Amino acid sequence: MLKKLATSAIVLAISAGAAMAEFPEKPITLIVPWAAGGGTDAVARILASGLEKELGVSVNVVNKPGGGSVIGHSEMLTTNPDGYTLGFGTAELSTFYWAGQSEIKATDFNPIALVNFDSGAFHVPTSSDWTDVAAALEEIKAQPAGTFKVSGTGTGAAYHLAFAGFLKANGVDPLAVTLVPSQGAAPGFQELAAGGIDVVLSSLPEGMAMMQAEKSKPLAVFSEERIAAFPDVPTAEEATGKPFAGGTWRGVVGPQGLDPEVAKTLEDAVVKVGNSEEFVAFMNEKGFGLRVRGSEAFGEFLAEQHVQVGSIMNDLGIAQRKE
Amino acid sequence: MTAFFDGLTLVMQADVLVTILISAAFGLFVGMVPGLSATMAVALLVPVAFTLSPVAALATIITCSAMAMFAGDIPAAFLRIPGTPASAAYTYDMNDLVRSGRLGDALGMSLLCSATGGILGAVILMFGAPLLADFAINFSSYEYFWLALLGLSCATLVAGDDALKGWLSLTIGLFLSVIGLDFVTGIQRYTFGVTNLQAGIGFISVMIGAFALSELFRKATGFGEKQAEARLGISGAPLPRMRTLWDQRNHIARGGVIGTLIGALPGAGADIAAWVAYAVSKRFAKEPERFGRGSVEAVAGAATANNAALSGSYVPTLVFGIPGDSITAIVVGVLILKGIQPGPLVFVNSADMVNAIYIVFLLANILLVPLGIAAIYLGRTVISIRDAILYPVILLLCLYGAYAVSNNTFELWIVLATGILVWIMQENNYPAAPLILGLVLGQVVEQNFMSSLIKADGNIINFFNRPIAGVLGVLTLVVWFYPLMAGTIRRVRGTAGPTDQT
Repeated sequence: MLKKLATSAIVLAISAGAAMAEFPEKPITLIVPWAAGGGTDAVARILASGLEKELGVSVNVVNKPGGGSVIGHSEMLTTNPDGYTLGFGTAELSTFYWAGQSEIKATDFNPIALVNFDSGAFHVPTSSDWTDVAAALEEIKAQPAGTFKVSGTGTGAAYHLAFAGFLKANGVDPLAVTLVPSQGAAPGFQELAAGGIDVVLSSLPEGMAMMQAEKSKPLAVFSEERIAAFPDVPTAEEATGKPFAGGTWRGVVGPQGLDPEVAKTLEDAVVKVGNSEEFVAFMNEKGFGLRVRGSEAFGEFLAEQHVQVGSIMNDLGIAQRKE
Repeated sequence: MTAFFDGLTLVMQADVLVTILISAAFGLFVGMVPGLSATMAVALLVPVAFTLSPVAALATIITCSAMAMFAGDIPAAFLRIPGTPASAAYTYDMNDLVRSGRLGDALGMSLLCSATGGILGAVILMFGAPLLADFAINFSSYEYFWLALLGLSCATLVAGDDALKGWLSLTIGLFLSVIGLDFVTGIQRYTFGVTNLQAGIGFISVMIGAFALSELFRKATGFGEKQAEARLGISGAPLPRMRTLWDQRNHIARGGVIGTLIGALPGAGADIAAWVAYAVSKRFAKEPERFGRGSVEAVAGAATANNAALSGSYVPTLVFGIPGDSITAIVVGVLILKGIQPGPLVFVNSADMVNAIYIVFLLANILLVPLGIAAIYLGRTVISIRDAILYPVILLLCLYGAYAVSNNTFELWIVLATGILVWIMQENNYPAAPLILGLVLGQVVEQNFMSSLIKADGNIINFFNRPIAGVLGVLTLVVWFYPLMAGTIRRVRGTAGPTDQT
């Protein structure tokens, strides 16, 4: 009897192991919470094509845009945790809880791997008197709050929070500069060129066309090291003496309750694709910052984001929940 | 000039020409399906475009969008359902013309006008790109606010007979535009805890509901009763007579210029261009009372404008890397991916590529004429299918189109709700067009108004003290108060008149 039980247990274990080893055996769906044709969509599609080669099954990108990406992100959490439906999470997911948009916290996601981090940069018009970011901070501090306006990002979006965080880190009230909300960097740069605002906060590549047209100049980039494609732009630390990094990011996440083996297979595949020549070339060409981190580091990053975002959103008075 | 020939060599490659033909057929098909817009046609092409050579990728997008833009008129003419939002403005005119047996004056006219508009826009793009971009770049939120408000004011012009009913329809549209996350504070408005409503009310879904589903409801209630009337008189030549075309030259020229200019404004695309051209054509028309009931003038002006807007939208795209509409937003992505950074230097660094874009525009719009005629014949065949088969298929395609926007079943409920709402409205002679306009422009007005107020620290005078904003502002006020002033003047004259006679 005991023997029979043992054999069946072994058989079960083997068959379970075999089932595990077979993962993945059918197509995988990658939910993108933003519209087709955008930056996140482009990264997701290149990543998906790399994953197809790595995992041997097709990886279908499904766009579920809307509600500032809250709809797509919600679906990533409520999906069946079998590893066949994953999500391409973006920086916004850490704001929903604080903004009162949903109950989702950054820590609710099952981190698989981070692939991208875009550092925010401080762009001003070429006609601006500010030659470096320290001078800009001095004047922002000296003038009454609301004298200067910033745009290029929406209320509570990643770059808005990065900008507010930067002011705070340098001892300036995060509300000293008024945000003129815009949908993305392009309308912000247009306002900058039209003379309606003083600062645009966006990534460096997003400001490339305006820099070439000599309509704007970047004063600093919020990253630990200089960006290879823009060697002349100083980091926040070089410009102000205080280290500060902030911006937007993208990574693969899943629902809780994934089988650890499945999660590991997926993590390895994403990390491998993230470091592949094709992906690296794409990211460089398109101006996305490459930052590949495995599950553990990504998880720590998410936990850190949850706290940071909560604190800065409370400072800005746009949080619906207290820290 | 050498750059032009370099561009020509780039286009005259077998793979480029083949992709142009395939994407043309694809564009015509997608445009014909109600609810699938030109933007969606391009979005569906993106995965393919990424794998093509740069010129082939751009050729695919340009051809596909130009074809889809015209093809949207085909279901508008035969079924009274616009295939793309840009055809919505003159749908009823097209359908009434076809019903009175003037196929050539409806679809033929719109085909030739579309091609002319596209070519006109491309020529303006070639010669005026830097000039137009310099003009458009000076638009800040103040100018956009006035422009959108002017557009909303045009809603009264397209409202039909009863201005009051038009305004009511407009307010419903404006209310729908308010639902979702507040633009400035991020606070939820009228969402009642429904996550899907945070996204706001989707424009495509409302358009499908308002123009397609309501029409199907109307057809469904009429089934059995007037079966004989259901057959459309679709005889007649597919092209208009040269004389009729020549008569419309002013509307075509005006539509082309308006379309290109509106297309060149970042954020304003073909649909807004068509509405504005429609309203402007009505102002200048010989028979403004025919607008909305089968006016050739309406078709000529608006059909030219929406295709011209496509070309115009490439102006800010190329010169500043700021997309002119949702299609060029995708184009910017493809360009960067192919190693071409849009910006003023693109005219120096990639002159051959820029010329290739011009050439593809010309080629696609010339190709539009023969392929468009084929599509009209195809449309005629499709229309002779029994209603019992045709309408369920259309319903299916409409629902698919709504679902495909965001892969969300919630959109289908929006389609159903607006379909029923607009059906009831139309049975009681409330026009649907102002509702759509209110939904589209309501957000633009609100967002730019809020941005402007924030920038101006609440100072209203800033809405007038920039030259372009001032002119647009005064123009808007004139549009508002003109009927009032005209009425007063007429009354004064009216009282004066009889005394003169005695």
